[in-house]
Amino acid sequence: MSMKLSTRQVDGVTIVDCSGRITLGEGSVMMRDTVRDLLAKGNKKIVLNLGEVNYIDSSGIGELVSAFTTTKNQGGELKLLNLTKKVHDLLQITKLYTVFDVKEDETAAVKGFK
Amino acid sequence: MEQAVSYTLDSTLETVDHAEEKATRIATELGFGEDEVMQISMAVREGAVNAVLHGNAYAPDKKVILAFERTSEDLVITIRDQGKGIDLSGIPNPLAPENLLKTSGRGIFLMRSFMDVVEIRPSQTGTEIKLIKHVHGASGGGKEGSQ
Repeated sequence: MSMKLSTRQVDGVTIVDCSGRITLGEGSVMMRDTVRDLLAKGNKKIVLNLGEVNYIDSSGIGELVSAFTTTKNQGGELKLLNLTKKVHDLLQITKLYTVFDVKEDETAAVKGFK
Repeated sequence: MEQAVSYTLDSTLETVDHAEEKATRIATELGFGEDEVMQISMAVREGAVNAVLHGNAYAPDKKVILAFERTSEDLVITIRDQGKGIDLSGIPNPLAPENLLKTSGRGIFLMRSFMDVVEIRPSQTGTEIKLIKHVHGASGGGKEGSQ
């Protein structure tokens, strides 16, 4: 299953609903383009909803890191929402779980922005 | 799966997906559990990425050799490229605080996290990565292999 992304606005926060695989190639490129496009349009409060992401490789992990740092460098904030067990475990072993702001509840994620 | 099977693949992104699919199928056929199948397929994917991107650099005249062998105790997977050989000393520790926010450099770390043994043999005519999963051993999870 390839990567699918859709965006919606909730109280001034952009939720990016992701499904499929974030892997080298199309998945990673779509993620990168979407976040850059949001930032370019001034949407700097971003939540990546990964609840339907069933697979991610090292390139996909790198893309999440890139999205996080790019957003932060532009004065924005990016949170991760609804990690599947696979993605959660990967972020744990790569020690990135504590780097990202990870939320399990969309309302809490939206309210958590400054 | 027969006792041993090998594939000669082009240096393309499709090869990365095909290598992962073959690993998933073979590991499943050999009776590995769901988590171990995922670990094996992901390790093979990362090895294939190394071979296609960093080894062969997408060169159309260079191939990736992917081999699976079932021994009495192990599933042994070999991924060989025809590149210039990677410099292992140049690969930083992705868990070091100063490297945590780097966007690349986690492939070999993930292979080592998921497989029981990982051996990497670079040479000027290519790099060979050997990934071993014990068939009846404990499931992966951080055992460090030799290089």
